[in-house]
Amino acid sequence: MSSLQGRVLLVLQDGRAIVGVLAGYDQKSNVVLSDSKERIYSIDEGVEEVELGLYLVKGDMIVLIGEIDEAIDRAVDLASIRAEPILPIRY
Amino acid sequence: MLIFSVFKTLTDQRVTVELKNDLSITGVLKSVDQFLNIRLDSINVLDEARHPHMVLNVRFLSGFHIHFCF
Repeated sequence: MSSLQGRVLLVLQDGRAIVGVLAGYDQKSNVVLSDSKERIYSIDEGVEEVELGLYLVKGDMIVLIGEIDEAIDRAVDLASIRAEPILPIRY
Repeated sequence: MLIFSVFKTLTDQRVTVELKNDLSITGVLKSVDQFLNIRLDSINVLDEARHPHMVLNVRFLSGFHIHFCF
C-alpha cells in the first residue's frame, strides 16, 4: 500500500472500476480518492467516465488497487475501447 | 500459515494470480502479507483482449479475492 501514490485504479467486488488520486488510506485498506471517476465499460459503446469527486471506499470492497501508468493511460483512447465490464466476484 | 510460506518462497518470481472475478493477472511477486494480500510488479493481464481495463504498473491485490495462484 505504502508504495502507491498518484493516480490509482480500484476494482471493487461488484466489478466497478474507479480511477482517482489516492488521497489517503488506513490499516484496513479503506481508501480516500479525490477527483475520482468511475469507468463504465460496455460492449456496445466506448468507455463512459462518470465524475464521482471525493470518494471513500471501504477496504472490504476492494479487490485490487493499481498505480496508473500515466504514459499508457494517455495513449489509450477510452472512447474507442469496447469491453465487457469486469465481473462481480463469485465466492 | 503454510500457504503464506509458499508465497514467500515465490517472491521475485513471475506468477499468475486468478481472481474471483475471472480476471487473471501475471506479474512479478514483490510481497505477501499475513492476509495473503499480494503485490505484483510489471503486470500483464492474461486475456488482454477481454480485459483492457488495466493500464497499470504496480498492483496490490486483496488476498480475500484470490482464487487460485500458479
